[in-house]
Amino acid sequence: MERIPILRMGDFLLVTIQVDMHDQLAMTLQDDLAERISSTSAKAVLIDISALDMVDSFIGRMISSISGLSSIMDAETVVVGMQPAVAITLVELGLTLQGVSTALNVERGMQLLHKRMADK
Amino acid sequence: MAALQQRTFNVIAKKEHELLDSWTGELEASGMYRNVRIEELRQQTGDFIRLLVAGAAQADSTDLRASNWEDMRQFLEQLSHSRVLLGFDSQQTAGFIFSFKRPLMPVLQAEYADEPAMLAEQLWALSELIDQLGLHTVRTFQKSREAVIKRQQEELLELSTPVVKLWDGVLALPMIGTLDSQRTQVVMESLLQRIVDTGSEIAIIDITGVPTVDTLVAQHLLKTVTAIRLMGADAIISGVRPQIAQTIVHLGLDLQGIVTKATLADALALALRRSGLTVSKAV
Repeated sequence: MERIPILRMGDFLLVTIQVDMHDQLAMTLQDDLAERISSTSAKAVLIDISALDMVDSFIGRMISSISGLSSIMDAETVVVGMQPAVAITLVELGLTLQGVSTALNVERGMQLLHKRMADK
Repeated sequence: MAALQQRTFNVIAKKEHELLDSWTGELEASGMYRNVRIEELRQQTGDFIRLLVAGAAQADSTDLRASNWEDMRQFLEQLSHSRVLLGFDSQQTAGFIFSFKRPLMPVLQAEYADEPAMLAEQLWALSELIDQLGLHTVRTFQKSREAVIKRQQEELLELSTPVVKLWDGVLALPMIGTLDSQRTQVVMESLLQRIVDTGSEIAIIDITGVPTVDTLVAQHLLKTVTAIRLMGADAIISGVRPQIAQTIVHLGLDLQGIVTKATLADALALALRRSGLTVSKAV
């Protein structure tokens, strides 16, 4: 079955979405991620969606709920590399992803997370 | 419905020069076509008469949509297009065709002098045909005009949304003119694309040139700011004039979560501070 790999980098989990997301894949990712956060007691999750050029409301909600579930499990979430078209679509859909941190690319996202960790 | 007789067109063809002279003379005398050179006018009137005769000779139909009027339609489209470029109004353009009726009358009268019933019938039918031609000209004239306006609008849209790089990692977008949905879309797209291209973390939207801010404009601004945030950059809105601030408060608009500054300078200062840069005077 198709899966999106979740890579562990120290205290962080790195998820790079490089295929077209469909609903089943999104659900699987959500489950896997919850599992991994608890098993590795990760402090942060970094989701790279720079290769994602199409979203629907379901994927938008998935991003929100991943962020929600991570924060309940005491992990920060940063979404990085959103394409302009994706950002516009989400705004038009009314999904403003309140409470989700964002960064321009993986590097900036890492910097942001390190800073957050240092502040804690 | 009276059908146009071939005989009518034959007489037009026969009296072509006579018609041409009086028609061109009339157009000239009206003084409406001063920007058109006389040779050109003569050429156009000549073409018109020839195409009229040729079109009628091909088939009986007086329906302008029929294939025998194809050349005539093209000629009229070109004519009205050139009139648009010369800055004529619709009346002058249509008047060109309609004024053909006047020289036509005496010619037909002479031809059908003995048959008043026939004369009336032919005059009526011909007049209807010319009306159709005139209307077609006006229609294409309007279309050409609309095309010109549309192109200008598009150009304006592109010209009025430049994205400026103020500093390394700081982009500015000076907005001029009213914000509507279409412009917001263009602005949003070009700004977001530049953010990706340059990897800038701060975008300043300057609304000094936006005359009024109402609920719709505020909503568009909010959308743009949210999209910028989703991309992982920060947005600052600058150039909020006192009247606009008053309007925003009076309308009860919620701009919470948006950083606003009075001037572009303030916004740049904030952007530099956030990037960890300081500006100091050289000693």
